[in-house]
Amino acid sequence: MAGEEAGEIDFDVIVIGGGVAGAVCAYQLARAGKQVVLIERGEQPGSKNLSGGVFYCRVMEQVFPNFVDDAPIERRITRNVLSFLNPTSHFNIDYWDQRLAEPVNAVTVLRARLDAWLSEKCEEAGVMVMSGVRVDSLLFEGDQVVGVKAGEDELHAHVVVAADGVNSFIAQGAGIRAKEAPQSLAVGVKSVIGLPRTVIEDRFNLTGDNGVAYAVVGDCTQAVAGGGFLYTNKESVSVGVVLRLDDLEAKGLTSSEVHDHFLQHPAIAPLLRDGELREYGCHLTIENGPRMVSHDVTRPGLIIIGDAAGFTLNTGLTIRGMDLAAGSGIAAAKTIVRALELGSYGQQAMDDYRNQLDATFVGADMKTYARAPEFLEVPRMYKEYGLLLADIFHDIYNHDTTPRKHIAATAFGAFKRSKMKLFTTIGDVLKGVRAL
Amino acid sequence: MTGFGDVTQRLAGNSYTVDEESHIEIDQDLARKTGTGKLLVKVCPAHVYSENEDGTISVIFAACMECGTCLAVASPGSLKWHYPNGGFGIAFREG
Ligand SMILES: Cc1cc2nc3c(=O)[nH]c(=O)nc-3n(C[C@H](O)[C@H](O)[C@H](O)COP(=O)(O)OP(=O)(O)OC[C@H]3O[C@@H](n4cnc5c(N)ncnc54)[C@H](O)[C@@H]3O)c2cc1C
Repeated sequence: MAGEEAGEIDFDVIVIGGGVAGAVCAYQLARAGKQVVLIERGEQPGSKNLSGGVFYCRVMEQVFPNFVDDAPIERRITRNVLSFLNPTSHFNIDYWDQRLAEPVNAVTVLRARLDAWLSEKCEEAGVMVMSGVRVDSLLFEGDQVVGVKAGEDELHAHVVVAADGVNSFIAQGAGIRAKEAPQSLAVGVKSVIGLPRTVIEDRFNLTGDNGVAYAVVGDCTQAVAGGGFLYTNKESVSVGVVLRLDDLEAKGLTSSEVHDHFLQHPAIAPLLRDGELREYGCHLTIENGPRMVSHDVTRPGLIIIGDAAGFTLNTGLTIRGMDLAAGSGIAAAKTIVRALELGSYGQQAMDDYRNQLDATFVGADMKTYARAPEFLEVPRMYKEYGLLLADIFHDIYNHDTTPRKHIAATAFGAFKRSKMKLFTTIGDVLKGVRAL
Repeated sequence: MTGFGDVTQRLAGNSYTVDEESHIEIDQDLARKTGTGKLLVKVCPAHVYSENEDGTISVIFAACMECGTCLAVASPGSLKWHYPNGGFGIAFREG
């Protein structure tokens, strides 16, 4: 029968990569009684991983019913600030809502801790966690994936899960995915700045375990497509920039200097004052998840999940990757449990993964936000619109003894001075409304 | 400068297990002809790449934080870059 291999089997399933996607998938499989090995190249799961840090974590209740109480989370996000940043002004939309904590919708996390905890949970559930091992390639019999190769060692399994993150060497090495174009990728450069708990709470107007997430656009990246972020942890702040690679190259800027510019910005520096650098790091992220996910995400005996498959959504308002990593891990585990029960691991059995995805928010959201990347290509997002907003409000608040105008006339005046074309702006607004 | 030190000082606070062999290899000729060399100097957040007076590119692989930005922007053939051997390289403590 197609998709049934004859060779020796070491495990039911091999999962490559101990990030959120791989750990969640491995955990679900072990809970279903399957023999699973989770292979991680870092000295322990999490040691290679970095995110901005806001985890929209409701999906984790499907895996760990008390996730928010049990997992090493930092703060519960109840305040979201969207900030249009200009060199000497900003225009912020500041949304605080206690309902966001009832139930908890988003938490800040630090991946070195979260991923280590997830892998402990995996071990408790019976997963064999193999850290410090880099998988070099997949093993094939014909077109069927039958295992992995790491150095001289070979391991065989019925199904292999590639959860190896954004660079996705496993899928690329097997010719399943081509090299990603620079406009589909962005580099995140991030600092974790330590501050006393009370300072964070006073400075950001927070009580208890509540936290704030700033999403910043404009001068934070010196007009490079992308954005800045600032998220509060218990006793530190995660702050940094995300820079789309094609535009970083086009603008000729230095990534570390753009990061430094943001941290030194007069709107940001006071929030970090007297802080101590705990860590400076970087990682790639995905700018065009919907396009990446339209590639194959399965082969006979193989399923690709998380960033390795392209499951990240950047809408400008939020970057979501961890929740989609978890969701795709759960979907893959369902497909694999079914395949193991049927004893069939060919393309047809793996194709069930798309159905599993489409039955959840993961598949649905990838479709809903298919046009978000196109909207974020509007260059005016990164400069002109922030300046326009500040100009309108400057005209409103700057009582310079000239006679006042009605707000519509004020706004129109500021718009005319901006030299943007009305039709371009209407077009941008329509694009935004349709994309987000 | 941000008050948090320059990039080299910041990296000194990070935790690395440095391998003996480099995981990065540059084709100097191609890197020069295609402009990839100069580009890598700018995009790499860890300042792994620097340009020498003679136009060649030096590589301090031990500083690498393994993001893969260099590989994503390098022109075909100018750069070989893969993850370090298992257990080696950067070990984020925060992430
Ligand atoms: C700057 C930045 C900000 C972000 N902000 C957010 C945010 O606020 N919220 C959010 O939800 N998402 C955010 N993301 C996206 C999020 O980090 C990712 O979507 C998420 O980490 C993907 O999880 P994953 O498990 O698929 O991949 P990863 O977390 O990358 O895990 C992949 C794992 O595979 C291992 N691995 C790789 N290759 C091999 C190999 N050959 N052999 C063995 N092991 C291997 C790696 O070491 C790693 O542990 C951000 C990303 C960045 C870079």
